[in-house]
Amino acid sequence: MSKEQILSSDGIPLEESLKKAERKNKLKALLLVAPLFLFILIIYIFPIGDMLFRSVDDRMITKMLPKTFVAMEKWDGQDLPDEPVYEGLYEDLSLLKKNKTFGKIIARLNYEKSGFSSLIKKTIRKIDKLEEGNYKEQFIKIHKRWGQSEYLVALKNTAPNWSYAKYLKGVDLKFDEKRNIIQQDEDRRIYKTLWLRTINVAFWVTIFCFILAYPIAHLLATLPMKYSNLLMICVLLPFWTSLLVRTSSWMVLLQQQGPINDLIVWLGWAADDNRPELMYNVIGTFVAMTQILLPFMVLPLYSVMKTISPSLMRAGKSLGGTPLVSFFKIYFPLTIPGIGAGSLLVFILAIGYYITPALVGGASGSLISNNIAYHMKSSLDWAFASALGTMLLVGVLAIYWVYNKLVGIDNIKLG
Amino acid sequence: MALPNHTPLNYRIWHYTYLTFCFLVFFFLIAPLFVILPLSFNAEQYIHFSAKMLALDPEGFSLRWYEDMIYGTKNPWGLATKNSLIIAFFATIGATILGTVAALGLSSRHMPYKAAFMALLISPMIVPLIISGTAIFFFMAKVGLAATHTGIVLAHIILGTPFVVITVTATLSGFDHSVTRAAASLGSNPVNTFMKITLPLIMPGVISGALFAFVTSFDEVVVVLFLAGLENTTIPIQMWVGLREQLSPTIMAVATCLIVMSTLILVTAELLRRRSERLRGINR
Repeated sequence: MSKEQILSSDGIPLEESLKKAERKNKLKALLLVAPLFLFILIIYIFPIGDMLFRSVDDRMITKMLPKTFVAMEKWDGQDLPDEPVYEGLYEDLSLLKKNKTFGKIIARLNYEKSGFSSLIKKTIRKIDKLEEGNYKEQFIKIHKRWGQSEYLVALKNTAPNWSYAKYLKGVDLKFDEKRNIIQQDEDRRIYKTLWLRTINVAFWVTIFCFILAYPIAHLLATLPMKYSNLLMICVLLPFWTSLLVRTSSWMVLLQQQGPINDLIVWLGWAADDNRPELMYNVIGTFVAMTQILLPFMVLPLYSVMKTISPSLMRAGKSLGGTPLVSFFKIYFPLTIPGIGAGSLLVFILAIGYYITPALVGGASGSLISNNIAYHMKSSLDWAFASALGTMLLVGVLAIYWVYNKLVGIDNIKLG
Repeated sequence: MALPNHTPLNYRIWHYTYLTFCFLVFFFLIAPLFVILPLSFNAEQYIHFSAKMLALDPEGFSLRWYEDMIYGTKNPWGLATKNSLIIAFFATIGATILGTVAALGLSSRHMPYKAAFMALLISPMIVPLIISGTAIFFFMAKVGLAATHTGIVLAHIILGTPFVVITVTATLSGFDHSVTRAAASLGSNPVNTFMKITLPLIMPGVISGALFAFVTSFDEVVVVLFLAGLENTTIPIQMWVGLREQLSPTIMAVATCLIVMSTLILVTAELLRRRSERLRGINR
């Protein structure tokens, strides 16, 4: 018995025209998403890719000293190189002097090995006086460091186009002359401390937000509507208020002559001439961030608690559970999705916080974002800023991925 | 929250401890905002409560800092307000249109790779602002849009769209698609159906998304810090600059204005949310 095909009115098999309609709908949905997708791709995702690229791009010296590096390919890196390398250096450095573009290379090479700065500066100053031929001898005469192989080895080490040196710097490691990875010098080790502090502050802010948010979310969810709506304003008004306004109110409160210090003095916990420093240190960062991020914990908790029927707790009690037991066996497990959502949200926001630590944190309360901004705006080491940014981004995306698995990104609720 | 008479004492104590704790947390949330209000009316130049203010002496209060904010000779607030409003206006329009259209696609049953697209489109909300700022700055510098209004508007559209996408998809989740099919069967073309049927129904979601986008742009300081030149200064940038130098009463006056504004926005958002819930209730 042959299977009979159902035909639609225009004679095409139904299955086929269904598929066609399905395809058309799929295309329509994709077309609707396309404008925003392309917009974000071009102005957001590609630039972030560009940032990753910058963090490993190390072609600057190779580009500026092209002839030197061609000549160096034949050198084994053991003893001093032969004449062609010095000839290449002569030609490259002369050109850099003519174009006045040697500033960057000095900074970059001195980072590779200290002592390069004076070496290159002196060489460039005297390079016009060199005679043709026998450059090796003349270079060593200008500066004896050209006769020490470690400087030439350091130069050769910069040959690869890609380098993860900036990432090593981001965790207080570096390359030595022989390309071994070693610890950064002791007085330059700051990044491990900074990462640890950032994670620490984010972690404790999350914990405190949870401790403060859980009871009030519970109260908001269980009170009758007319009271809870009123109290909800206390959560929503800060949520909608400008971050800078909220930070400035903490600056008012925490300053040395501020109300909190007045209170401490009035209570007799500190002498008037010895008021504690509440701001420009990690305490300021911590307190202000906890208050500012609190609504992000309350709202997800509230929306989960709202769905828990009060009869469940009553059932627990009627079956003989004490309030404490019923709470931990019934209520608490049901709120875990809200706890997960709120904690991850607060942690993600806290780990990349910039404005508040910059204003109330001082030096000891600044976080990794502040250091990225410093390298973008002041030290202008954009490659390093990119590397730190990439490390932070990887961390945040990992948490985002967990969040997506646990909560589902389309379940985010706002307000 | 009166307790029944037979409540045992220990439970009573526990209950009142809990209420006190909640009260303290609400106080912690809301009180810092209200510290600013009286200080902005301070007659003196310092940021603390003077003896006259505490005695509620009218001489302790004045509007001079508001006057300074509006008419002050060197004050940048006029230009900053203008820029902030222009940037936020265009960013809101851009984000709302792009976000709403994308949300329509994302809510379709037929959308392939829905979760992946959603995660990507929401990412600007999750990625730390400092990273967004850095990346967008590199891009804008490359295409010559650094220190222009256009560059900042484009950046703010990116930051605002996730909110629009989230709120509009949420509204569409309760949307009854049979009404659009009914319109189509009555001979309406898709554009007409969208304008006459879909858009009015999802309007609360669209507007609350637009509010989020507006506030995001109006408040945003990190990305603007990277992108703005002197000509593009905004209110948050001026506050940032002022706060880094020292706390001034003029900043308190600006902050008070911003608190009033956020209160208005909050009221609007709340009314919209209730309206949206009511509408969706009817649909079911």
